[in-house]
Amino acid sequence: METLIINVLLAMMALAVVILARSRNLFAVVVLGGVYSFLMATVLVALDAVDVAMTEAAVGAGISTVLLLGALHLCKSEEAKPIHRPWLPLAVACGTAAVLAYGTLGLPAFSDPQAPIHTHVAPRYLAEALAATGVPNVVTAVLASYRGFDTLGETTVVFTAGAGVIALLRRRKKNGERRPAETDFPGERQP
Amino acid sequence: MRHDLVLRVIAKLLIPFILLFAVYVQFHGDFGPGGGFQAGVIAAAAVIFYALIYGLDTARCVVPDRLVETMLAAGVLLYAGIGFAGLALGGNYLDYFVLAADPVAGQHRGIFWVEAGVAITVCGVMLKIFYMFTARGRDED
Repeated sequence: METLIINVLLAMMALAVVILARSRNLFAVVVLGGVYSFLMATVLVALDAVDVAMTEAAVGAGISTVLLLGALHLCKSEEAKPIHRPWLPLAVACGTAAVLAYGTLGLPAFSDPQAPIHTHVAPRYLAEALAATGVPNVVTAVLASYRGFDTLGETTVVFTAGAGVIALLRRRKKNGERRPAETDFPGERQP
Repeated sequence: MRHDLVLRVIAKLLIPFILLFAVYVQFHGDFGPGGGFQAGVIAAAAVIFYALIYGLDTARCVVPDRLVETMLAAGVLLYAGIGFAGLALGGNYLDYFVLAADPVAGQHRGIFWVEAGVAITVCGVMLKIFYMFTARGRDED
């Protein structure tokens, strides 16, 4: 039953991607992107990865969609006709997909309890985390305590992303000059 | 959108519960799904929702730019500061065992503050990116 639900959701995601790739209306593309993220979040719930599902629903479907709508406000809502036929990108994408699919053949079977990832440190985390940290949610214990350095790095990455956006988009009002990057968007209204 | 009565009323009803859910996800992350990252994103989503319905300028009055930019750095500094607190109390960097007399209580305390740092930074970054994106184009009119 669970496999059936996951397969139906994955089929719907594939369908969403096909429509997304064929659509020329950017508003529809943004909304379909949100739909795709919600389906992904549902798949993650079905896989019992509720922490990741929460993040996917909030970031992928929620905030990214709002940000893309905000970006859409600055440009035309119809995608421009491509100048070249997209055969080369298609070939590159298919080649990469084939290599990735070939790579999955070397992986252990899905949810195989004997897979290396499940026999290395995971049993120790599951056995000791509650006693050592007093935190029943092992995900939180691993994230914040066992892998505290990783999470510090991730937080720094998030901070750097924010600082990068500030550095790119902040405008200096004092000298009143328009930087060239500000006119890069087609269809932007001129003052 | 600013004159749509239904949206305004529904937003007013929903936003307290979204914020409450963010707090729940933050503090219940030790026991159920959730944690700092999710809580930060949900809190930011509540403010973004408010901004969508009531306008960016109103949202900027509620959560000013200066506060958002402070949150950006404060979370990382809090996280890194927990590491230095461990050093000062005689342990290794990010060693929570020394943060309290009882090692398990120390772990709990360390995880609590580290998650708080993650939530503050994530919430600040999401809001800042949203503010920067939506402020573009509107100032030029």
